[in-house]
Amino acid sequence: MNQLVPAGKRSLAEVTAETQDYVTMFIDNQMFGIPVLTVQDVLGPQKVTRIPLAPREVAGSLNLRGRIVTAIDVRRRLGLKDREGDNKPGMSVVVDMNGELYSLLIDSVGEVLSLRSAAFERNPPTLDPLWREFSAGIYRLDGKLLVVLDVQRLLDLGRAES
Amino acid sequence: MDDLLSEFLTETSESISVLDVALVNLEQNPNDREILQNIFRLVHTIKGTCGFLGLPRLEAVAHSAENVLGKFRDGELEVGPQAVTLILTSIDRIKLILSHLEQHEAEPEGNDQDLIVQLNAMAEGKPPPAPGEAATAIKEVTVDELQAIFDAAPGPKSDPEPAAAAPAPAPQAAASEPLVQPSHPTHQSEPHVEKTGLPATSGEAKAPVAMADAKESAVAAQTIRVNVELLENLMTLVSELVLTRNQLLQMVRGRDDSEFSAPLQRLSHITTDLQEGVMKTRMQPIGNAWAKLPRIVRDLSVETGKKIDLQMLGAETELDRQVLELIKDPLTHMVRNSADHGLEGPEDRRKIGKPEIGKIVLNAYHEGGHIIIEINDDGRGLNMGRIRKKIVQNGLASEGELDGMSDQQIQQYIFKAGFSTAEKVTSVSGRGVGMDVVRTNIEKIGGTIELKSVEGKGTNFTIKIPLTLAIVSALIVECGGERFAIPQISVLELVRTTGTSEHSIEMINNAPVLRLRDRLLPLVSLKTLLKLGSDEGSLQETFIVVAQVGTYTFGIIVDRVFDTEEIVVKPVAPILRNISMFSGNTILGDGSVIMILDPNGIAAATGAMAGSSQAGEQMHLKDMHGEDKTSLLVFRAGGEDLKAVPLALVARLEEIEVTAVEQSHGKPVVQYRGHLMPLIMVNDRYAMKTDGRQPVLVFSDHERSMGLVVDEIVDIVEDVLKVEITVAQPGLIGTAVIAGKATDVIDAGFYLTQAFGDWFGVAKETDAFGEEKGGKRVLLVDDSLFFRNLLTPLLSVSGFEVTAVEAVDKALQLREQGYVFDAIISDIEMPGLNGFQFAEAVRGDARWMTTPMIALSSHATEKDFERGRKVGFNDYIAKFDRDALLETLTQIVTHGGAS
Repeated sequence: MNQLVPAGKRSLAEVTAETQDYVTMFIDNQMFGIPVLTVQDVLGPQKVTRIPLAPREVAGSLNLRGRIVTAIDVRRRLGLKDREGDNKPGMSVVVDMNGELYSLLIDSVGEVLSLRSAAFERNPPTLDPLWREFSAGIYRLDGKLLVVLDVQRLLDLGRAES
Repeated sequence: MDDLLSEFLTETSESISVLDVALVNLEQNPNDREILQNIFRLVHTIKGTCGFLGLPRLEAVAHSAENVLGKFRDGELEVGPQAVTLILTSIDRIKLILSHLEQHEAEPEGNDQDLIVQLNAMAEGKPPPAPGEAATAIKEVTVDELQAIFDAAPGPKSDPEPAAAAPAPAPQAAASEPLVQPSHPTHQSEPHVEKTGLPATSGEAKAPVAMADAKESAVAAQTIRVNVELLENLMTLVSELVLTRNQLLQMVRGRDDSEFSAPLQRLSHITTDLQEGVMKTRMQPIGNAWAKLPRIVRDLSVETGKKIDLQMLGAETELDRQVLELIKDPLTHMVRNSADHGLEGPEDRRKIGKPEIGKIVLNAYHEGGHIIIEINDDGRGLNMGRIRKKIVQNGLASEGELDGMSDQQIQQYIFKAGFSTAEKVTSVSGRGVGMDVVRTNIEKIGGTIELKSVEGKGTNFTIKIPLTLAIVSALIVECGGERFAIPQISVLELVRTTGTSEHSIEMINNAPVLRLRDRLLPLVSLKTLLKLGSDEGSLQETFIVVAQVGTYTFGIIVDRVFDTEEIVVKPVAPILRNISMFSGNTILGDGSVIMILDPNGIAAATGAMAGSSQAGEQMHLKDMHGEDKTSLLVFRAGGEDLKAVPLALVARLEEIEVTAVEQSHGKPVVQYRGHLMPLIMVNDRYAMKTDGRQPVLVFSDHERSMGLVVDEIVDIVEDVLKVEITVAQPGLIGTAVIAGKATDVIDAGFYLTQAFGDWFGVAKETDAFGEEKGGKRVLLVDDSLFFRNLLTPLLSVSGFEVTAVEAVDKALQLREQGYVFDAIISDIEMPGLNGFQFAEAVRGDARWMTTPMIALSSHATEKDFERGRKVGFNDYIAKFDRDALLETLTQIVTHGGAS
């Protein structure tokens, strides 16, 4: 975990223009990241109201300080199985898309990492087509791979359906 | 005071204070064109408004001043101190007249000839009057003015008219009224008495000049102009505050001795007052929306030669300006309709014993958080005969369907798009774009519109709209563990049902209904509708929310009912907007998010929206794209499994005596209505009964009939005909799920050709085109109902979505409505426009220009082919060659047949 130094603790020299900050999150031990500036809030377990007739990927809506936020189940979006047992409530990351707030439901949220662009690679062609749709690229980390999520595509439910 | 007048005063006072400053500026910078332009514009506006309001004195002064300013602007006159003084004098005069207006709502007596002469002289470039002269003129004017004010002010013995009104005791004033009835001023004499009460006591003591000064802009100071956006923001904030208050109240509700109770109570009161206050800032009297109506009615009465009396009651009833804006046009339209179509001419009215003058009465009042607006006329009422004719003509319903409807239901059709019974289109109405728009607009703001009409007696429209759009009252219900809000405006009543109570849910073939006061109420299970689980076992104790959409009343089955809450409607996220069941979402007092149900959407989803335009239109669109429900006749023949055939194909259901069956060429026939009708078995293995009566489905087209022998007729159901499994067995189209059961759909065409080899010209076997065409849309134009009904299932089973219309103009209407098809199949011989003309029309317009067209005709000669191609058909097929049709269609559509 040596390389996974939190952004704040890195020396100035290391933080060059060639790094980008990502909020990391986990589903089934797979690490994902989204650019830190797109994130509005990180929430613990929330009471989510189910929305009948909505697409499967929409987990429901929740109240974030008086604003109604639509919750997207990232697991379902990525074609993963629902969590078994469901004893541990998940967390969510709130993002803003064209003035509307969406919360991405994931298993847990990790720390913010500054990643060098040298470690960035495009999606391998063998990646699942569904994942390729939502992945903007991969970062090679020590012992781990981080999948950068394309939030815009992730939230574009209408397009994926058609 | 008249609103228009007070608005004018406010606006003019503002303009004048600007003018004062601007004029002084101008004097210092005589060549600043911008200032001059500004002054000119302001004076011009004042002049224009005066003319509009009928204030001749003010207008004359402003006009002359404008003339002079015009010369300045054009450079014909030089801006000098004298000229500016003169203009300022005019402004002062205007101020004086205004202040008088403010007090008495009428211009003072007298004229301004002196001033106007000077102004005109100035404008004509004549030598300006000597300063001294001007000064005296001003002085004179002032004295004159003061006299006028003094005269007009209620004094003991000056001007006779107001004097009579003011100090005299009420009875005397009343007595004097009839004498001066027709004259204008009496109209204003009533408020006059009250308003001038104060100056009458104090005014005389003071110097008149001081009084005029003090009163200068009393009205202007009392009102300020505020940006509407600011008010909107304020409203949103207050709405949020109300919600937060509600949350707090809910938290404290459970505890009696909470120390928060008292302050919270106070907070609650203040919040309520604040909400009301802010609401009031947005409130406007409905009279504002009516202001234009008298003029419109007057013009109409001149144009049509009718005598019309427009009465407007409750014009002071206030409602939210947002709502007001939205109902303005619908109201105008409806009054126009009443005047144009509703009322008869004076001749006609006299003949039927009505007073010559037709009456239109507008009435607005508050009722339980809503505004009710009624529009009544005592005209001829809706002409049922014409409406029925029009409905049938436009294919909105059949004669048979209409016979089963009440007059009230039939009248609702006037809210359908494209419906107008006016025989001729007048300049004002009759274009059939009206009532559907009216209804849509009203429903958009959560309102409802009802129509009552008695032929010969008149028509009554009742509009019910919410006071405001920002906060709505909603009923909170629970269903399948989730809570939902239903807008209170659509809820009529609540019914609790248990297995044992007098109200219980009954089933007609899986469709739940409720007997409610001698009526059968159709029910919708919210759980099923929202796919929240099945209804099994939940019929023990449930609640039914009786909702009304337009005139359609239905019940929504829910698990529990909570209380009503005030909610702020927030739009749903864009990705959820296509779910028509919800009109928005909101945050409840306890902080949880809940969805707001849209009764319109629910009604539309239940498919019983006869007569409602908005949702009906959506349904219509849906129908066009394959969700079409078909009436199907379900029967058994040659086995236990269910079979079905589109009901429309079946001419009659008969039972024939087995003994009446005769043989012809070894095949059974029966004499039926003077013809021999062949009887066909479903399959070879199946034999008829040997005695008794045999049920038969009769198919017929023109002269020919054919009987299909069946064992038993099970049911007639309405369902979406979607063939799930296609089979290659002759006589079967495939298997579909009909009313929840797997049912074989038989191919009537197959049996028809068995009976008469030439029924379709060429005997052919059914070919099962199982391959998927990806829901290609096909438009079928054929005047024969029989062939439409035959081809529609045939094409749908081959994977096409078929829209069938009976005439060319119907097809072109679809084009106008923006439908797009992948191919068009058209008959050639049709009443009205024929197929060739249709093709020309299609090719002559960009929208459908590239859509492949197939001609279908019983005349398939070389000459016809030639002509068909010439006008734009891609192919020409003999009418009964179904295989060729399917083949061609598949080819054209899959190979992007745009040629």
